[in-house]
Amino acid sequence: MLGAQLAELLDGAPPGVGEALDLVTGFDEGLAHGFARLGDERATALAAMAGAVAATPLGERVGEAVGKIAAGSVADAHLTALAGARAALLGAVHDALLGRLDAALGRTRAWWGGPPSQAPATTAPATDNLRGGCRSWLHELAITGWRGVDHDLVSASGQTLQALLAEPGLRRLAVLVDGLAAELRASCPVRTMERLPVRRWADLWARALLLSQPGGWPGSPEPAGPVSGRLLILGVDVHEHGTAVQVQVHGVLEPAGGATPRLVRTSVAAAKVDTIVGPALWRLLRGCPVLLAALAERRSLDVTDLPLLDSGDLLWHDDRARAGKPADPFATARVQLVGALAPAVPPLDRHPVRIAEPVLVEGYSAAVRDRRAAVTLDLGGNALAVDVDRLPTCGPLTPELVAASSACLGLVRWDGGGWMLQPLAVQARVKRRTIATHNGDWALGPTDPKVVKAEAKAGDAVAVLRERAGRLLRR
Amino acid sequence: MDADRAAWEQCSAARVVPPVQPRKLAKVPFVELADGRLQGVVSSGSDIQRVYVSSITVGTHAYNCSTNNNRPCGGLRGSPCKHLQELVAEAVLQYGLDRVARYLQIDACDGASSGADLMGRLRGRHEPTPAAIVFSRFLRHLAYLELPDTTEPIPELHWFPATGAVR
Repeated sequence: MLGAQLAELLDGAPPGVGEALDLVTGFDEGLAHGFARLGDERATALAAMAGAVAATPLGERVGEAVGKIAAGSVADAHLTALAGARAALLGAVHDALLGRLDAALGRTRAWWGGPPSQAPATTAPATDNLRGGCRSWLHELAITGWRGVDHDLVSASGQTLQALLAEPGLRRLAVLVDGLAAELRASCPVRTMERLPVRRWADLWARALLLSQPGGWPGSPEPAGPVSGRLLILGVDVHEHGTAVQVQVHGVLEPAGGATPRLVRTSVAAAKVDTIVGPALWRLLRGCPVLLAALAERRSLDVTDLPLLDSGDLLWHDDRARAGKPADPFATARVQLVGALAPAVPPLDRHPVRIAEPVLVEGYSAAVRDRRAAVTLDLGGNALAVDVDRLPTCGPLTPELVAASSACLGLVRWDGGGWMLQPLAVQARVKRRTIATHNGDWALGPTDPKVVKAEAKAGDAVAVLRERAGRLLRR
Repeated sequence: MDADRAAWEQCSAARVVPPVQPRKLAKVPFVELADGRLQGVVSSGSDIQRVYVSSITVGTHAYNCSTNNNRPCGGLRGSPCKHLQELVAEAVLQYGLDRVARYLQIDACDGASSGADLMGRLRGRHEPTPAAIVFSRFLRHLAYLELPDTTEPIPELHWFPATGAVR
């Protein structure tokens, strides 16, 4: 990213973004309070949201839902309509923001192929019971409002959650509901909290409600066909909550046959427990040794017939990949990032939180602001904030390394009203040598002697728990 | 501060739960702050097949320790047994002293710096509670490790960034 590109990115919010987010906030405040006793002010806010989507195909349903809820009747279908309206508003915000980012970076993005196919849902009707169970818990939450959430209401999700987790086709919903329930549990009783994550919890609630519709998520990405070629890794983004971890590798795929290189992602996710943290996370992903070795050894990958979804996600099959030659992600970014084709975003996935565009930033001066040790990169007179909270414990990047860096490979993200850079790798001068440090460096185990020692001292959490599970679970 | 709070409340990826700290799991494989109790499972020092289920209730500080088959722990003679002491010590490592003290509603934590200090400030008595609920939560906890990996992308996890690399 160049100074001029950053200047264009930061040149005021795109028109309408602030207004759309204000409408979302109105809904979110209602959810914090609970839809059972809405009150005039919050009913007006919901009506304003309905007004914003009035001219869309959602208009009639949302308008009716707001009327009924304001009158005290909260049905399943009404909540679904509101969640849909909220998703549409945030989708529009996403499009405006991503459009601005693409324009600033000069990035070409594939067009979305059109509406999802009208094929009937392929999932067995049996799982609709589980979705129904999930919807009733979400319904209870909406009636009660976050401020009324107590231990009993959180525990009520327990059985549904167990059933969701046991059903592989509902993993996304299970992971989401588990994450939300854990946050509510840790925050109980919620009325005593000093501040409420109103946007976040409303996001999670609305997403879960849409994912748990009968027949399942209508907009699931579909395979655009198998691809073969060379995958050049840019970096790895790590997602984690108490019981789930996902590593998402960003890279450039050079398709065999010489078609335009494409920006792609490939992910591996595993279930875990909260006491498995830090470098031990990689031990949960050992089913993908080829991918982990490529991360740790900074190699390219030769892949054969991997399904590429129309969302730009490669479905990883470790047995269809071979380690290739060493490939420096910084070199890949310098050479390939400009011409690579970015993937379209499936309509229902359009939410600002999932904007994560790989960029290379260099030629900046890093500054550490005293307050909370925030790091910013000054690039041609504009300051780009670095999200140093978002450095995972399973990798070697630290805020200090970022502050001492001269080049940074990262993901551009947007949250809380502003753009931020999430580092995936940095080049920094350490003892008069320039050294590159990547998030994935410890994929085969930590390389820092101090961390190795600490790990050895703490013992292997995964092994201890597996031993306990082996002894206690099947009796 | 109000501006900070407003900004945090509008963040989709705001961090709500502080990350737990790594600890050795060999003695106390499971600790949680849930269901209105600090509760967990302590492995027996003498019998590899046996575990103790220990808990302390929020507010009243009523405590209990028994085997997972509901046999009372022999160490409970008018005061908390060593399993309960280990449970609290490990909870302090995992969650930090402040969070454990706040959750249990232990007053006057000034000067407390360890699990043992917290134990000294408990004011409850032994009250039998069924071990089955806690033990089944432990089994559920272990069952996560049996779930298969998946390479289907989970876009929802963008709301859950891995954080906390402050070393």
